Order: sequence, then C-alpha cells, then structure tokens
Amino acid sequence: MRRTLLESLTQGPLTETPPSPDDAALAELAAAVARTARRRLGRSLAIRQVDAGSCNGCELEIHALNNAFYDLERFGLRFVASPRHADVLLVTGPVTRNMREALERTYNATPDPKWVVAVGDCAIDGGIFAASYGVVGGVGAVVPVDLHIKGCPPTPRKLLQGLLALLEGGAAA
Amino acid sequence: MPTFIASIAGKRVDDRRPWPRLIVTTDTWQSVAHALADGRATLLGLWGDAGASCAAHMAIIAADATEIAVVSLECPEETFPSVGAVHPPAIRLERAIHSLYGLTPVGAPDLRPWLDLGFWDVQYPLGAHTPAPAVRPAYAFLPAEGESLHQIPVGPVHAGIIEPGHFRFTASGEAVVRLEARLGYVHKGIESLMAGATIERAARLAARTSGDSTVAYGIAFAHAVEAALEVEAPRRARYLRALMAELERLANHFGDIGAICNDASFSIMHAHCGVLRELVLRAADACFGHRLMMDRVVPGGVAVDLGPDGAAALSDLLKRLRQRFPRLVELYDNTASLQDRTVSTGIVRADLARQFGAPGYVGRASGRNFDARKAPGYAPYDELDFAVPVLTAGDVNARIWVRIREVEQSLLLVEQLVARLPNGPIATALDADSGEGLGFVEGFRGDVLVSVRLAGGRVVRCHLRDPSWFQWPLLEAAIEGNIVADFPLCNKSFNCSYSGHDL
Repeated sequence: MRRTLLESLTQGPLTETPPSPDDAALAELAAAVARTARRRLGRSLAIRQVDAGSCNGCELEIHALNNAFYDLERFGLRFVASPRHADVLLVTGPVTRNMREALERTYNATPDPKWVVAVGDCAIDGGIFAASYGVVGGVGAVVPVDLHIKGCPPTPRKLLQGLLALLEGGAAA
Repeated sequence: MPTFIASIAGKRVDDRRPWPRLIVTTDTWQSVAHALADGRATLLGLWGDAGASCAAHMAIIAADATEIAVVSLECPEETFPSVGAVHPPAIRLERAIHSLYGLTPVGAPDLRPWLDLGFWDVQYPLGAHTPAPAVRPAYAFLPAEGESLHQIPVGPVHAGIIEPGHFRFTASGEAVVRLEARLGYVHKGIESLMAGATIERAARLAARTSGDSTVAYGIAFAHAVEAALEVEAPRRARYLRALMAELERLANHFGDIGAICNDASFSIMHAHCGVLRELVLRAADACFGHRLMMDRVVPGGVAVDLGPDGAAALSDLLKRLRQRFPRLVELYDNTASLQDRTVSTGIVRADLARQFGAPGYVGRASGRNFDARKAPGYAPYDELDFAVPVLTAGDVNARIWVRIREVEQSLLLVEQLVARLPNGPIATALDADSGEGLGFVEGFRGDVLVSVRLAGGRVVRCHLRDPSWFQWPLLEAAIEGNIVADFPLCNKSFNCSYSGHDL
C-alpha cells in the first residue's frame, strides 16, 4: 500500500481538464429553469440518481463520473443517498410501469427547488423500449424534465458537460 | 449406455440447432424434472409459448456439461406439471411463466405473481393479453415467525447508483432470519418487443437486456440466430467477439472487486480498481468505437474491425494492467481488516450451488466447476489456453478471489487473441430464412441462454435467460444468519442483474 500511495504523490493526478458545458444543454436550461430557482441552488448540487427502468448501461457511466479521471466532486456535484437531500434527480431508463409510482414518490420526496435531468436515449421517449405494455415512455411522461443528456449510454464526458451546464446555468442567473 | 440426454424419448423438432429440441409426453416431462432433482442434469432455462404453439420449454444440460437439450411439452389446456414441485430452482421461472403467459404449472409450490407487480394494464401480456383486474390481492411475503422479529423493507429505490428492486428482510436483532427479494421493477417487456422484430432490431434489444453484459448478450443472440439460419460467423469475427467478451469481463471484474471492497469501507481499492476499469473502457472505445461495445457484435459477425491502432492500444492496456493489478491483489491479500469482513461472510453451500446450477463466479466460488467457454465450449475458446479457477469456501472472499483469478486468465486470453487474430472478413450475410436456434455463452456474470425462432428473416419468438435467475435465490440463502450490515457486501459480491432478470 505504501508504494501505491507514494506513487500517487509523485505521479500527479489522473484527473482530466473538464470539458466546456454543453451549449445545447445551456440553451435548454435557460428556457426551462426559473431564475429564482437557479439562484437558490447555488454552485453546489446534491444529485440523487433514479433508475426508472434502464438496462444498467447508463448507471455504469454515471458511476464512472466518480472515478479519478472525471472526479465529479471537484465541481461541487455529489451523489446523495436520499431524495430528501437532493437538488437534482438524475433519472435513467424508459420509465417502466412498475417504476412509475416509485419515480413519482421519489420526485415528491425531493424538496423544492429541484431539477430533473433525464439521462440516455430511453429517458427521452422510451427509446427502443417504447410501445411495450411494460413501459410508460420517457421520463417527461411522468415528471417534468429540465434537461436531457442523450446517448446510449452517454459517455462520462457527455454527462459531465450536461451537469456542468447545470452549474453554469445556476451561476449565470 | 446412452447418456441421460440421449435417452430422453420424444419427437425431435426439425430445423433446431445446434442442440436438439424434443417434444415430449407429460410422463417424460416429469421424468426429466426428476432427473434435475436427482442431479443427473442441470436446469438451464424454463419458458413458455402462447397461442397456437402453446407450450412449456425446459433447457437442460447434462451433468458433465457436454450435451444440451430443450424438451417441450405442448399444453393445449394451458397447464403443465410443475417442475418446481420437485426441483426448487424452477419455482421463480414457473411463477414468471404463469404471470407472463397464463400457463399454470400444476402442483407448483408457489404461484404468487412474479415480475407482474400489479401495475400493468394487461394480465398475461405474452399470452391471453386480457385486461388486468381492477383489484388485485396484496402481495404476501413469505412469513418468518418467532419472538422479537422485525421487518426491514428496502427499495425499490436504493441508496446507491444501482438498479431498483425490493428486499424484505426479517431480522432478529442484527441477524437476518429471512430475506425475500421482489423483483420486476425494470420489466420492459423485451420478449414482447422481440416478437415480429427484424433481426437487426432484435439484436439491439438483446444488447440492451443487461447493459453490463451487452457483449455477452450480443454473442448469445448471434449464436442463436446463426444456428437457426445455418450460418457461420467468419473466424476473424469469432476472435474479435471473444476479444470484446474478455474486455467486458475485465471491466466488470475490476468494477466489482473495487465495489465489494468499497462496501467494506476500504475505498482505496475502489479508487484504484475504478482507474483500471476506466482504462479498459477507453481501450474498448479506441478499438471498437464504444466504451461498452454495444451493438458491436451483430448476427453474422461483428460490426467493426480491429485496426493497427486498436492492437497497439490493447498491448498498452495489458502492460498497464499487469503493472498495477498485482499490487492491488497484494493489498487486498494483506489487509486483515478487510479480510475480516469478507472471509466467512455470505456463504453459498456447495450443494445449493450445484442444485441451482449457480452460474459464473457464484458457482465457481462454491466448488462448481462450470464455464460455458470450456464445456460445452464454443469458438474460438477451443483454440486458446486458459484455466477455470474454482474455489470451495463459497464466501465473499472466495467470490473476490475467483474474480481476481479470472482477471489474470482474461489478460492471457486478450494477449492470445490479439497475437493469433486471423485475417479475413468480419461478417457473413444472413438470408431471410427460417429456423430455430439456441445460444449459450459465458458472460462475466455467468452463462447467458438465448433461444430464438425465426421465420422469413424476422423473430417469431425469442427468450433470453440471464444468469441472475439462478443467483438471486442463492443470495437469499447466503445472507441467512449474517448481520444486516453485511448485506451490501454480500449483494455486491453476487452483483446480480436486475434488468437482465426482469427483462
């Protein structure tokens, strides 16, 4: 362990320069989020992730945001265990009928002001799973969505761009 | 003397490859169920069919893993003799058949709904497809009786970045007396979407059954389709598929080893394993243009070729992994406080692992020497040198060590695959033909089974069986007598799929 720790000191961090925030996301946010809400949220956001029916691909890449290369926490963004502690719900998947109520209840448990970010192609409109008896549709069919991050799954860099737009949006207000 | 599978009497279905499907009588069906209970064969899958071809199908593999067969029982009355009545691993599969198809397993010990949580508009969505009743009885969890017991409901929304499912714990103080999982929250109706889909669309659905095993599902589906259409993927494609499969195994095993240690609050392992996982995903992206390699395996071959840059990226990856991983293994091995949490925690007994045909590292940590890459085996693994690590302790520690040893084997495999990569085309064209096929592939989590029936180049019926079906019930057994606080550790050491199970 000593060697591993010493090496970490001498080799410098793996953490990479962040990408600039996604322009399309900034535009979507400017239209969607009220100024007052943005001011209240400030520059540090607590994120609660909700899998509402995904194949788990999006979760894997959301996980990657916490690794040394992306290091999400340096931006003041962190994942929390309860919706009651959250400012942002990061929702993946087509919303299944079996998860609809759980998603609604999670949303209602999140204090205002709150943002909902829909992650992945399925979260937009149900994607490849739309039209099934088991699927309601995109996240927007169940709770209001402020920002979409596309991709199947979106890469961690893409996710980071979207989430940074959230911070920029807050600061610009 | 003929083997057990060769001795099953039944009408062999034409156009079924590579293993036979037999239409059997009720008596033979029951004798096969008893053979499973006796351990002469292992259950690989149990699923239904509705409408004109209303039937129950059971896939089995011989005890020595050399032969596979599917036995089918036609059920015009929409009933079939329960397999779960004599062989408990079949119980949840039968509950799912009942909920999805409306077929009734007669004599089944448990007929509570499974996957259907009471939120759908329809009942028996893959069968009669009738409107759901307005009022449904509340789901009754299995009881645990005794003084001072308390229940802890957990989920479907969990505290971490993980998939949803409900766990009902009954505890006596800190010790878990009973755990019962209730799953189905991410049921997307994949099998209904498969029906009538083009092969291309069906392959995309198969690749999204469980995102962490997208390559394994891609290969299993491709094998099934290629068997049905009597097409062989080119040799180069087979090698590239195996290369992707081993990268997928490496990425997931690194993620798991780190995450298990993290659930024992040893976060330095998590941080370093996370770096290794990221290195693998970046190499996968550089080689195949997608970090998880989704849609890179297609029926007939693969969608992208490996260029010289890709091969260089892989040799660089191997170098870096070999530099860093052994030190992490040493760290794990030398940290007594960490081992204190993992050794003797969450034991899966060897007899249960054998009975359930426990797939993957769950079985191999409990003495079950089974790996679909070895037996029944498939190309190109028959041309490659690798070992199947098997341990017997059956605890969290053993499941970590099996993964560590498998990482080492996968590194050897990647090296061999790159060095011996044959030249040639990467895909074969498919005809719009008909037929039935079975695919059976070892993913990182365990064996994935895909059964497909094609007509005129479209999918008539496709069933996908995730390894988790035979792992979830063992998690319930493993946690018994352990403290509630060790559940995350046990659960992560299994890392069962929710989406693959829920379909």
